[in-house]
Amino acid sequence: MATPNVPLWEVFIRSRNGLAHKHVGSLHAADSTLALQAARDIYTRRGEGLSIWVVPSNAITASDPSEKGMMFEPAESKIYRHPTFYDVPDEVGHM
Amino acid sequence: MYTQALNSSDGDDRGVEDVARASQFQARIDADERIEPNDWMPAAYRKTLTRQISQHAHSEIVGMLPEGNWITRAPSLRRKAALLAKVQDECGHGLYLYAAAETLGTSREELVDAMLSGKAKYSSIFNYPTLTWADIGTIGWLVDGAAIMNQIPLCRCSYGPYARAMIRVCKEESFHQRQGFEIMVTLCRGTAEQKAMAQNALDRWWWPVLMMFGPPDQVSQHSDTSTKWKIKRFSNDELRQKFIDATVPQAEFLGLTIPDPGMKQNENGNWVHSPIDWDEFKQVLAGNGPCNRDRLAARRKAHEEGAWVREAAMAYAEKRKSRQLAQAAE
Repeated sequence: MATPNVPLWEVFIRSRNGLAHKHVGSLHAADSTLALQAARDIYTRRGEGLSIWVVPSNAITASDPSEKGMMFEPAESKIYRHPTFYDVPDEVGHM
Repeated sequence: MYTQALNSSDGDDRGVEDVARASQFQARIDADERIEPNDWMPAAYRKTLTRQISQHAHSEIVGMLPEGNWITRAPSLRRKAALLAKVQDECGHGLYLYAAAETLGTSREELVDAMLSGKAKYSSIFNYPTLTWADIGTIGWLVDGAAIMNQIPLCRCSYGPYARAMIRVCKEESFHQRQGFEIMVTLCRGTAEQKAMAQNALDRWWWPVLMMFGPPDQVSQHSDTSTKWKIKRFSNDELRQKFIDATVPQAEFLGLTIPDPGMKQNENGNWVHSPIDWDEFKQVLAGNGPCNRDRLAARRKAHEEGAWVREAAMAYAEKRKSRQLAQAAE
């Protein structure tokens, strides 16, 4: 008999105070309580985390990598958004 | 822990489906770009990786059995705690790897079922028994040592999720090898009987460990594609040689004799081993090793006995969900 599928969760861990939660991987669990416990056992066996988020994988909306050109093009052409675009006379020193 | 022996692809699955896309794909690999799950990839690349990563995962899970055998009989609480932590790590490694394999489009349940039905392979090394406590030391020292040799280049593998899983695995694996070597040092500094036990374990594991790297390069037919795709970065023989050269001085330090009287150092300083009995390797892969049947039976039993837990957890989740829906409707 084929084993029935158990829902997939994405795991995010904040490693230290002041840092953001970061995606570390995924796991299968029946519900959010079990997902949190499994995430602790799988991804924080050596004190890697202070906080864990688990999110149902199917709740994530992702951009399409094959359309990354079009998706990110607006940022490519706007070099004036970077500080190095602007000239500041040397005499002014560090700014 | 892992072996290179399973890294081969089928000869017949390399049909070129879309020449333009395939050449774009190869260009990305050549430029050392990482391939991610939603990127286009040739069907054969997907198939090869699904097989390799899932077999790697199965090896981690089956690999828990020979060592689990000694948890209750470890000689001290310190050794027991370390061994328990190591076996937990192997389970964790299996799960990282199943997660990486799943990103290629096959569910973990299907992958596990393929292992339980005997269709999917796992590393041949876990079909050997752990007869004494010295076997636990030898596994950590040599089996994990061989696995590290193979896994470090996999951290740069072209498939992103696999490479990332390997980075985590390698970080943890180093403790495994050191705890094994510490066991060996303790036994070798112990009584004559303890030292003899260490030597006996080395005698039994040495050749199977060399086989972990897979068939010699001249008969390993499928390495080309894996090399071209940057899944495999070193050949079987190269890795085997690296491993032997690293291990010989360690055995010397322990005062143990490697069970290969014909082994000689060549002019480059490499240790050249005597011929390996590849018939034994083939027999073990074909299911006729000392513990093949035991290992599969143990996995099946654990899977079947855990079925009610999986069912209960899913039923409880369903019940809570429908209760919440009913409350929201009120």
